[in-house]
Amino acid sequence: MKGLIGRKIGMTRLFVNDVSVPVTVIKAGPCVVVQKKSRETDGYDALQLGFEEIPERKVNRPMLGHFKRAKVKPFRILKEFRVENPDEYEEGQTLDVSIFSEGELVDVTGWTKGRGFAGAMKRWGFRGGPKSHGSKFHRELGSTGQHTEPARTFKGKKMPGRYGNERVTILNLEIVKIDRENNLIAVKGGVPGARGSLVLIRSANKAPKPKQ
Amino acid sequence: MDALIRAIEGEQIRKDIPEFRPGDVVRVHVRFVEGGKGEKAARERVQIFEGVVMKIRGSGMGKTFTVRKIAAGGVPVERIFPFNSPAVKKVEVVRKGKVRRAKLYYIRNIKGKLKIKERRD
Repeated sequence: MKGLIGRKIGMTRLFVNDVSVPVTVIKAGPCVVVQKKSRETDGYDALQLGFEEIPERKVNRPMLGHFKRAKVKPFRILKEFRVENPDEYEEGQTLDVSIFSEGELVDVTGWTKGRGFAGAMKRWGFRGGPKSHGSKFHRELGSTGQHTEPARTFKGKKMPGRYGNERVTILNLEIVKIDRENNLIAVKGGVPGARGSLVLIRSANKAPKPKQ
Repeated sequence: MDALIRAIEGEQIRKDIPEFRPGDVVRVHVRFVEGGKGEKAARERVQIFEGVVMKIRGSGMGKTFTVRKIAAGGVPVERIFPFNSPAVKKVEVVRKGKVRRAKLYYIRNIKGKLKIKERRD
Protein backbone atom coordinates (compact mmCIF):
# COMPACT_ATOMS: atom_id res chain seq x y z
CA MET A 1 0.00 0.00 0.00
CA LYS A 2 1.15 3.47 -0.84
CA GLY A 3 -0.73 6.67 -1.17
CA LEU A 4 -0.65 10.37 -1.86
CA ILE A 5 -2.82 13.36 -1.12
CA GLY A 6 -3.74 15.55 -4.05
CA ARG A 7 -6.11 18.00 -5.58
CA LYS A 8 -8.35 17.41 -8.55
CA ILE A 9 -7.38 19.73 -11.38
CA GLY A 10 -9.85 18.83 -14.10
CA MET A 11 -10.49 16.54 -17.01
CA THR A 12 -9.14 16.23 -20.52
CA ARG A 13 -8.38 13.47 -22.97
CA LEU A 14 -5.18 11.77 -23.99
CA PHE A 15 -4.46 9.49 -26.91
CA VAL A 16 -3.17 6.02 -26.07
CA ASN A 17 -2.55 3.74 -29.04
CA ASP A 18 -4.56 6.09 -31.28
CA VAL A 19 -7.57 5.79 -28.96
CA SER A 20 -8.89 8.78 -27.07
CA VAL A 21 -8.94 8.13 -23.33
CA PRO A 22 -10.81 10.43 -20.92
CA VAL A 23 -8.58 11.31 -17.99
CA THR A 24 -8.80 13.24 -14.74
CA VAL A 25 -5.72 15.28 -13.93
CA ILE A 26 -4.71 15.25 -10.27
CA LYS A 27 -1.97 17.33 -8.70
CA ALA A 28 -0.62 14.84 -6.19
CA GLY A 29 1.96 15.52 -3.55
CA PRO A 30 4.69 16.12 -2.75
CA CYS A 31 3.64 14.73 0.63
CA VAL A 32 5.83 14.53 3.69
CA VAL A 33 5.73 11.78 6.30
CA VAL A 34 4.74 13.55 9.51
CA GLN A 35 4.22 10.54 11.75
CA LYS A 36 4.69 6.80 11.64
CA LYS A 37 2.13 4.69 13.41
CA SER A 38 3.00 1.18 14.37
CA ARG A 39 1.15 -1.84 15.67
CA GLU A 40 2.91 -1.67 19.03
CA THR A 41 2.09 1.92 19.87
CA ASP A 42 -1.09 2.64 17.91
CA GLY A 43 -2.59 -0.75 17.17
CA TYR A 44 -2.12 -0.46 13.42
CA ASP A 45 0.56 0.32 10.87
CA ALA A 46 0.13 3.59 9.01
CA LEU A 47 1.82 6.71 7.79
CA GLN A 48 0.54 10.18 8.44
CA LEU A 49 1.21 12.36 5.41
CA GLY A 50 1.15 16.14 5.23
CA PHE A 51 0.15 18.06 2.12
CA GLU A 52 0.28 21.76 1.22
CA GLU A 53 2.67 23.73 3.34
CA ILE A 54 1.30 26.64 5.34
CA PRO A 55 3.07 29.33 7.40
CA GLU A 56 3.58 28.67 11.09
CA ARG A 57 1.25 31.48 12.14
CA LYS A 58 -1.68 29.57 10.68
CA VAL A 59 -1.15 26.56 12.93
CA ASN A 60 -2.30 26.28 16.51
CA ARG A 61 0.12 25.40 19.30
CA PRO A 62 -0.67 21.70 19.72
CA MET A 63 -0.40 21.10 15.98
CA LEU A 64 2.83 23.10 15.81
CA GLY A 65 4.30 20.80 18.45
CA HIS A 66 3.24 17.81 16.38
CA PHE A 67 5.06 19.18 13.33
CA LYS A 68 8.10 20.25 15.39
CA ARG A 69 8.43 16.73 16.78
CA ALA A 70 8.78 15.34 13.28
CA LYS A 71 11.04 18.27 12.28
CA VAL A 72 8.82 19.13 9.31
CA LYS A 73 7.10 22.29 8.14
CA PRO A 74 3.40 22.77 9.00
CA PHE A 75 0.90 21.40 6.54
CA ARG A 76 -2.69 22.26 5.81
CA ILE A 77 -3.81 18.69 5.36
CA LEU A 78 -2.90 15.57 7.29
CA LYS A 79 -4.15 12.17 6.23
CA GLU A 80 -3.26 8.64 7.25
CA PHE A 81 -2.47 5.83 4.86
CA ARG A 82 -2.23 2.24 6.01
CA VAL A 83 1.06 0.62 5.04
CA GLU A 84 2.41 -2.88 5.66
CA ASN A 85 5.74 -1.77 6.97
CA PRO A 86 6.15 1.80 8.24
CA ASP A 87 9.82 1.17 8.92
CA GLU A 88 10.53 1.46 5.21
CA TYR A 89 9.79 5.17 5.57
CA GLU A 90 11.41 7.95 7.59
CA GLU A 91 9.69 10.82 9.29
CA GLY A 92 10.33 13.91 7.19
CA GLN A 93 10.68 11.86 4.03
CA THR A 94 9.05 13.35 0.93
CA LEU A 95 6.85 11.21 -1.29
CA ASP A 96 5.90 12.34 -4.76
CA VAL A 97 4.24 10.98 -7.86
CA SER A 98 7.24 8.80 -8.68
CA ILE A 99 6.00 6.20 -6.16
CA PHE A 100 3.41 5.33 -8.81
CA SER A 101 4.08 4.18 -12.34
CA GLU A 102 2.14 4.48 -15.57
CA GLY A 103 -0.26 1.61 -16.19
CA GLU A 104 -0.71 0.94 -12.48
CA LEU A 105 -4.19 0.66 -10.97
CA VAL A 106 -5.16 3.01 -8.15
CA ASP A 107 -8.15 3.73 -5.95
CA VAL A 108 -9.09 7.40 -5.79
CA THR A 109 -11.12 8.84 -2.92
CA GLY A 110 -12.88 12.16 -3.21
CA TRP A 111 -15.71 14.10 -1.65
CA THR A 112 -18.65 14.51 -4.00
CA LYS A 113 -20.14 17.88 -4.86
CA GLY A 114 -22.70 18.93 -2.24
CA ARG A 115 -26.17 19.24 -3.74
CA GLY A 116 -27.90 20.56 -0.63
CA PHE A 117 -31.44 19.45 0.16
CA ALA A 118 -32.28 17.47 -2.97
CA GLY A 119 -35.57 15.93 -4.04
CA ALA A 120 -36.21 12.25 -4.53
CA MET A 121 -35.71 12.46 -8.30
CA LYS A 122 -32.19 13.85 -8.10
CA ARG A 123 -31.20 11.99 -4.95
CA TRP A 124 -32.55 8.55 -5.72
CA GLY A 125 -33.31 8.66 -9.42
CA PHE A 126 -37.09 8.42 -8.96
CA ARG A 127 -39.04 8.82 -12.13
CA GLY A 128 -41.41 11.59 -11.01
CA GLY A 129 -44.69 12.24 -12.72
CA PRO A 130 -45.79 13.43 -16.15
CA LYS A 131 -44.80 16.98 -16.98
CA SER A 132 -47.95 17.91 -18.84
CA HIS A 133 -51.34 16.62 -20.08
CA GLY A 134 -53.09 18.14 -17.06
CA SER A 135 -50.79 16.42 -14.60
CA LYS A 136 -50.30 18.10 -11.26
CA PHE A 137 -47.80 15.51 -10.09
CA HIS A 138 -44.36 16.50 -11.34
CA ARG A 139 -41.32 15.83 -9.17
CA GLU A 140 -42.90 14.27 -6.10
CA LEU A 141 -41.77 10.91 -4.77
CA GLY A 142 -45.20 9.26 -4.75
CA SER A 143 -46.47 6.90 -2.10
CA THR A 144 -44.35 6.21 0.96
CA GLY A 145 -46.11 3.04 2.11
CA GLN A 146 -49.26 0.97 2.40
CA HIS A 147 -52.48 1.32 4.43
CA THR A 148 -53.63 -0.19 7.75
CA GLU A 149 -50.97 -2.81 7.54
CA PRO A 150 -48.21 -1.74 8.37
CA ALA A 151 -49.75 1.69 9.11
CA ARG A 152 -46.36 3.33 9.15
CA THR A 153 -43.58 4.34 6.80
CA PHE A 154 -40.64 1.95 6.91
CA LYS A 155 -37.30 3.16 8.15
CA GLY A 156 -34.85 3.91 5.41
CA LYS A 157 -37.55 4.90 2.90
CA LYS A 158 -35.88 6.87 0.14
CA MET A 159 -36.97 10.45 0.60
CA PRO A 160 -35.70 13.97 -0.14
CA GLY A 161 -32.79 15.17 1.96
CA ARG A 162 -29.19 16.20 2.02
CA TYR A 163 -27.37 14.82 -0.99
CA GLY A 164 -23.72 14.88 -2.00
CA ASN A 165 -20.70 15.99 0.01
CA GLU A 166 -19.92 12.41 0.94
CA ARG A 167 -16.74 10.43 0.72
CA VAL A 168 -16.67 8.19 -2.34
CA THR A 169 -13.88 5.91 -3.52
CA ILE A 170 -13.55 4.90 -7.15
CA LEU A 171 -11.69 1.61 -7.49
CA ASN A 172 -9.17 0.44 -10.07
CA LEU A 173 -8.49 3.56 -12.11
CA GLU A 174 -5.59 3.16 -14.48
CA ILE A 175 -2.77 5.67 -14.38
CA VAL A 176 -2.45 6.88 -17.95
CA LYS A 177 0.31 9.42 -17.55
CA ILE A 178 2.59 10.84 -14.89
CA ASP A 179 4.25 14.24 -15.07
CA ARG A 180 7.04 14.23 -12.48
CA GLU A 181 8.03 17.82 -13.15
CA ASN A 182 4.61 19.23 -12.26
CA ASN A 183 3.57 16.47 -9.81
CA LEU A 184 0.65 15.49 -12.00
CA ILE A 185 -1.11 12.16 -12.38
CA ALA A 186 -3.68 11.47 -15.10
CA VAL A 187 -6.05 8.63 -14.21
CA LYS A 188 -8.49 7.11 -16.64
CA GLY A 189 -12.07 8.17 -16.02
CA GLY A 190 -13.77 10.47 -13.58
CA VAL A 191 -13.08 11.23 -9.94
CA PRO A 192 -15.64 12.48 -7.40
CA GLY A 193 -15.59 16.10 -6.33
CA ALA A 194 -15.27 19.57 -7.77
CA ARG A 195 -12.15 20.90 -9.42
CA GLY A 196 -9.69 21.92 -6.73
CA SER A 197 -11.17 19.51 -4.20
CA LEU A 198 -9.13 17.11 -2.13
CA VAL A 199 -8.49 13.58 -3.39
CA LEU A 200 -6.60 10.64 -1.96
CA ILE A 201 -4.78 8.27 -4.29
CA ARG A 202 -3.93 4.79 -3.10
CA SER A 203 -2.62 1.73 -4.89
CA ALA A 204 -5.56 -0.47 -5.86
CA ASN A 205 -6.84 -2.60 -3.00
CA LYS A 206 -8.98 -4.99 -5.01
CA ALA A 207 -7.17 -5.03 -8.34
CA PRO A 208 -8.49 -7.73 -10.67
CA LYS A 209 -6.11 -10.65 -11.11
CA PRO A 210 -4.44 -10.71 -14.52
CA LYS A 211 -6.09 -13.18 -16.86
CA GLN A 212 -4.22 -16.42 -17.43
CA MET B 1 -5.26 25.09 -13.00
CA ASP B 2 -5.74 25.22 -16.72
CA ALA B 3 -1.99 25.49 -17.18
CA LEU B 4 -1.54 22.19 -15.37
CA ILE B 5 -3.98 20.46 -17.71
CA ARG B 6 -2.05 21.90 -20.64
CA ALA B 7 1.11 20.54 -19.03
CA ILE B 8 -0.14 16.96 -18.95
CA GLU B 9 -1.45 17.17 -22.48
CA GLY B 10 2.08 18.22 -23.26
CA GLU B 11 3.45 17.01 -26.52
CA GLN B 12 0.19 15.36 -27.50
CA ILE B 13 -1.09 18.73 -28.72
CA ARG B 14 -0.15 18.87 -32.38
CA LYS B 15 1.11 21.92 -34.13
CA ASP B 16 1.92 20.32 -37.46
CA ILE B 17 -1.66 20.29 -38.79
CA PRO B 18 -2.02 23.11 -41.33
CA GLU B 19 -4.61 25.78 -40.90
CA PHE B 20 -7.84 25.21 -42.80
CA ARG B 21 -11.40 26.41 -42.60
CA PRO B 22 -14.84 24.98 -43.27
CA GLY B 23 -15.40 24.86 -47.01
CA ASP B 24 -11.84 23.81 -47.79
CA VAL B 25 -11.16 20.52 -49.51
CA VAL B 26 -8.63 18.46 -47.58
CA ARG B 27 -6.89 15.12 -47.93
CA VAL B 28 -6.58 13.42 -44.55
CA HIS B 29 -4.00 10.66 -44.22
CA VAL B 30 -5.25 8.23 -41.58
CA ARG B 31 -3.27 5.36 -40.17
CA PHE B 32 -5.24 2.27 -39.39
CA VAL B 33 -4.47 -1.31 -38.51
CA GLU B 34 -5.65 -3.93 -40.92
CA GLY B 35 -6.99 -7.34 -40.04
CA GLY B 36 -7.95 -8.77 -36.67
CA LYS B 37 -6.88 -7.80 -33.22
CA GLY B 38 -3.68 -8.44 -31.32
CA GLU B 39 -0.88 -10.24 -33.09
CA LYS B 40 -2.84 -10.85 -36.25
CA ALA B 41 -3.13 -7.14 -36.80
CA ALA B 42 0.36 -6.76 -38.03
CA ARG B 43 -0.19 -4.61 -41.06
CA GLU B 44 -0.52 -0.90 -40.74
CA ARG B 45 -1.81 1.10 -43.65
CA VAL B 46 -2.39 4.75 -44.40
CA GLN B 47 -5.71 5.61 -45.94
CA ILE B 48 -6.56 8.90 -47.58
CA PHE B 49 -9.92 10.52 -47.01
CA GLU B 50 -10.60 13.48 -49.25
CA GLY B 51 -13.57 15.77 -48.92
CA VAL B 52 -15.01 19.10 -47.87
CA VAL B 53 -14.44 20.30 -44.30
CA MET B 54 -17.94 20.65 -42.98
CA LYS B 55 -17.25 21.85 -39.48
CA ILE B 56 -14.56 22.48 -36.94
CA ARG B 57 -15.55 22.27 -33.32
CA GLY B 58 -14.04 22.28 -29.86
CA SER B 59 -10.68 23.46 -28.61
CA GLY B 60 -7.58 21.99 -27.07
CA MET B 61 -7.35 18.23 -26.97
CA GLY B 62 -10.99 17.76 -27.91
CA LYS B 63 -10.89 19.79 -31.13
CA THR B 64 -12.27 17.88 -34.12
CA PHE B 65 -13.13 18.49 -37.74
CA THR B 66 -15.71 16.78 -39.93
CA VAL B 67 -14.98 15.92 -43.55
CA ARG B 68 -17.74 15.02 -45.96
CA LYS B 69 -17.29 13.30 -49.26
CA ILE B 70 -19.49 11.55 -51.75
CA ALA B 71 -18.17 8.01 -51.93
CA ALA B 72 -18.68 5.37 -54.57
CA GLY B 73 -22.27 4.93 -55.62
CA GLY B 74 -23.20 8.44 -54.56
CA VAL B 75 -23.22 7.49 -50.86
CA PRO B 76 -22.30 10.46 -48.71
CA VAL B 77 -19.73 9.74 -46.00
CA GLU B 78 -18.93 12.04 -43.10
CA ARG B 79 -15.91 11.34 -40.94
CA ILE B 80 -14.94 13.12 -37.77
CA PHE B 81 -11.22 13.45 -37.06
CA PRO B 82 -9.67 14.68 -33.82
CA PHE B 83 -6.99 17.28 -34.55
CA ASN B 84 -4.67 15.74 -31.99
CA SER B 85 -5.11 12.07 -32.81
CA PRO B 86 -1.85 10.37 -33.70
CA ALA B 87 -3.84 8.32 -36.22
CA VAL B 88 -4.12 11.43 -38.39
CA LYS B 89 -0.73 11.34 -40.07
CA LYS B 90 -1.06 14.35 -42.29
CA VAL B 91 -3.61 16.83 -43.59
CA GLU B 92 -3.20 18.43 -47.01
CA VAL B 93 -5.28 21.40 -48.10
CA VAL B 94 -6.26 20.75 -51.70
CA ARG B 95 -8.49 23.76 -52.31
CA LYS B 96 -9.52 26.73 -50.24
CA GLY B 97 -13.24 27.39 -50.27
CA LYS B 98 -15.11 30.62 -49.71
CA VAL B 99 -18.18 30.09 -47.52
CA ARG B 100 -20.33 32.35 -45.39
CA ARG B 101 -20.92 30.20 -42.35
CA ALA B 102 -18.89 28.21 -39.85
CA LYS B 103 -20.89 24.98 -39.99
CA LEU B 104 -21.83 23.83 -43.46
CA TYR B 105 -24.77 21.64 -42.52
CA TYR B 106 -26.63 22.86 -45.59
CA ILE B 107 -24.39 20.84 -47.89
CA ARG B 108 -26.18 17.72 -46.67
CA ASN B 109 -29.34 18.91 -48.39
CA ILE B 110 -27.76 19.93 -51.67
CA LYS B 111 -28.96 17.81 -54.54
CA GLY B 112 -26.54 17.57 -57.41
CA LYS B 113 -23.08 19.02 -57.37
CA LEU B 114 -21.78 21.03 -54.46
CA LYS B 115 -20.35 24.33 -55.64
CA ILE B 116 -18.09 26.28 -53.33
CA LYS B 117 -16.25 29.34 -54.59
CA GLU B 118 -12.51 29.38 -54.32
CA ARG B 119 -10.97 31.60 -51.66
CA ARG B 120 -7.98 33.74 -52.55
CA ASP B 121 -5.91 35.05 -49.65
